[in-house]
Amino acid sequence: MTTTTATNAPPLAEPEPEPGPGPKQGRPDPDHRVRRRRSLSPGKRIPAARLVGPALLVVLWAVASAAGALDPGAIPAPWTVVESGVQLWTDGTLPADILTSLQRAGTGFVLGLVAGIALALASGLSRTGEALIDGTVNLNRAIPTLGLIPLFILWLGIGETFKIAIIAIVVYIPIYLNTHAALSGIDSRFVELAEVQGLGRFRFIRQIVIPGALPGFFVGLRLGVTGSWLGLVVLEQINATSGLGYMMFQAQNYGQTDVILVGLVVYGIFGLISDSTVRVVERRVLSWRRTLSS
Amino acid sequence: MAPHTEQLTRPAVRLRGLTRSFDGRTVLDGIDLDLPVGQFTALLGHSGSGKSTLLRAVAGLDHRVSGSGRLSAPERVSVVFQDSRLLPWRRVLDNVLLGLDGKDAERRGRAALEEVGLKGRERAWPSELSGGEAQRAALARSLVREPELLLADEPFGALDALTRIKMHNLLRELWERHRPSVLLVTHDVDEAVVLADRVLVLERGRIGLDLVVDREAGARGEYRARLLAALGVTEDIR
Repeated sequence: MTTTTATNAPPLAEPEPEPGPGPKQGRPDPDHRVRRRRSLSPGKRIPAARLVGPALLVVLWAVASAAGALDPGAIPAPWTVVESGVQLWTDGTLPADILTSLQRAGTGFVLGLVAGIALALASGLSRTGEALIDGTVNLNRAIPTLGLIPLFILWLGIGETFKIAIIAIVVYIPIYLNTHAALSGIDSRFVELAEVQGLGRFRFIRQIVIPGALPGFFVGLRLGVTGSWLGLVVLEQINATSGLGYMMFQAQNYGQTDVILVGLVVYGIFGLISDSTVRVVERRVLSWRRTLSS
Repeated sequence: MAPHTEQLTRPAVRLRGLTRSFDGRTVLDGIDLDLPVGQFTALLGHSGSGKSTLLRAVAGLDHRVSGSGRLSAPERVSVVFQDSRLLPWRRVLDNVLLGLDGKDAERRGRAALEEVGLKGRERAWPSELSGGEAQRAALARSLVREPELLLADEPFGALDALTRIKMHNLLRELWERHRPSVLLVTHDVDEAVVLADRVLVLERGRIGLDLVVDREAGARGEYRARLLAALGVTEDIR
């Protein structure tokens, strides 16, 4: 028997005894029975709770369209949107636009990710690095990245390079900030432990610093993923000749609300997929934390 | 072997004129001390008396602390802290193996865990352990390195009274089996008398009392009274 503190505590409130023959059999003081407290927690979870709201919205939308309550020019019926989507997919424009957009967002994201991690490590692990990098990044952060668009167009031209560069900047900042904060927030007691256990510098970084900074890194990663989509939408709608944003921009000129909605749906799906991918990876990598929250 | 006869051989720890100060305030004021090989020594003192400073100096953990004096300690030193200091992202066995090399490291880690009564918990996360279990794992981590000197900084301070008694027995048992030199820092007089063969009282940066505890005699009450008097605590409950 090793556990001494983990013994089962008795439940806080005993269930109320059945009000059967109790009082009659001379129980002297019925007022002193334990009354069960009113529960303040919201209660049992509803299965697939997250889908209930969106599904209800779609149903409302369909009902209103079928009843003719919505102007099809402003909000086309759900089936019209699906039809347009299928048509755009089969004639090849939608897959091509999606591919272009994914390439932009993906390339920019990977570059931003690598830069964010590299800079955070360099600045979190050495005082010289910190002096050179940290202030500079914070200066960069103070300038709204989308405000850099005109300058970047002049520098890099209006092609893909400038779009990827802007997305990379949007991505690297939150990844850098959160990873750097996590790195410099490593518990000094663990540093002491590493000294006692005789860890070398390399092992110290690999076994203590990096795993300790991972939770912060994942916060930054999720912000970065969201940022890459945000940057993409803005860039493609301002100045592009291909991609999802361009498709929607064109649709606006021709008054094709259904095509715009198709674009929004695709953006939404990408956002959901990328966010849940990061979540799954996070849960895998930080499985030691789950024991705390579950 | 009685502790005082061992003093003839080369001591495990030797301090000569050890001085440490923080911001001009002297915490250790020229301490001379020999800890014989294999002796279980307890170091008592009020909070702020410098007992942790002494332990950290012997452990080589006092970077950026000003001081002088000579100090020699063995090659293999392990430290047990007040908190178990297990890395939350490593399973218990991997925590025990932290910084350990070699092919049979894992076998030794498992053996150490078995010795502290944590067999079967190798794959648990530290957050799944109770306070006592976590401290057992910390003991296993320090034992697996086969230390010549075990430094313990109030290792049981955060445990409840019942768990503490169990841990006292475990520590004494482990010490009898492996015979490292032990320096246990504590503010608990009873703990010192129960565990140690020699009790030192640190007072204003110097060793105020050096008491050899004869464990056979069973006159613990007397030791207790002398130690409390040295600490300036009077017991008047009558």
